[in-house]
Amino acid sequence: MEQTSIKYYHPYVSPFDPCPPKRIKYYSTPPNLYIRFQPMNTAQFPIEEALYRGTLWKCLYDPYPPKREEG
Amino acid sequence: MWLYEKKLQYPVKVSQCNPRLAKYLIEQYGGADGELSAALRYLNQRYTIPDKVVGLLNDIGTEEFAHLEMIATMIYKLTKDATPEQLQQAGLGDYYVNHDQALYYQNAAGSPWTATYIQAKGDPIADLYEDIAAEEKARATYQWIIDLSDDPFLNESLKFLREREIVHAQRFHEAVEILKEERDRKKVF
Repeated sequence: MEQTSIKYYHPYVSPFDPCPPKRIKYYSTPPNLYIRFQPMNTAQFPIEEALYRGTLWKCLYDPYPPKREEG
Repeated sequence: MWLYEKKLQYPVKVSQCNPRLAKYLIEQYGGADGELSAALRYLNQRYTIPDKVVGLLNDIGTEEFAHLEMIATMIYKLTKDATPEQLQQAGLGDYYVNHDQALYYQNAAGSPWTATYIQAKGDPIADLYEDIAAEEKARATYQWIIDLSDDPFLNESLKFLREREIVHAQRFHEAVEILKEERDRKKVF
């Protein structure tokens, strides 16, 4: 089952919060959280792209989610 | 806020005056992986962690203060009424100069507690992994202290604290599992 690498939740919002509330907040759950031992022979990036991305392995690549913003 | 129960979480009994053991134990009082660091770390991280695991940090952070109080009692009893000469012989001469018999947040080597021992990264997974690591390190520290201790009564209390580290690490692992769950995915049974 494919995992998402961003999770969101609805934080508690008080009627007395002074700043405009962010009703949805995000956090990162990168793919390495879900892989115990990496399986053999998983998909690879082309070598040039791998150097750019920091990993050869597609299953390990994950950009950090954008900063928490209004959803 | 907190409600206070005027008793220790687990009884602390000390068989003899032993300032040298107190010098080692202070690692768990004001050291990097000690109980003060643990309590402040968890209670501080509560504010910026997803709602589902706030209660866990609250409960474990509170228990860490109960542990801190046990360690304080141990150090107090181990050094109570010791003479300056006894403290000096135990390697606590410079401690005595600075603090007399008072308890102070420092590690076994004498470095004062510092907020740089703890982190609040804002990334929930990073914070929980730090918490798990801290519990595992504290558990090892308890064992190393037991290795150097010849006080069977004190060791009883230390073994209780050592076991609590396992339980807390387990709960933090479970918190990570909760945060890993796909919230909007329908669960099929």
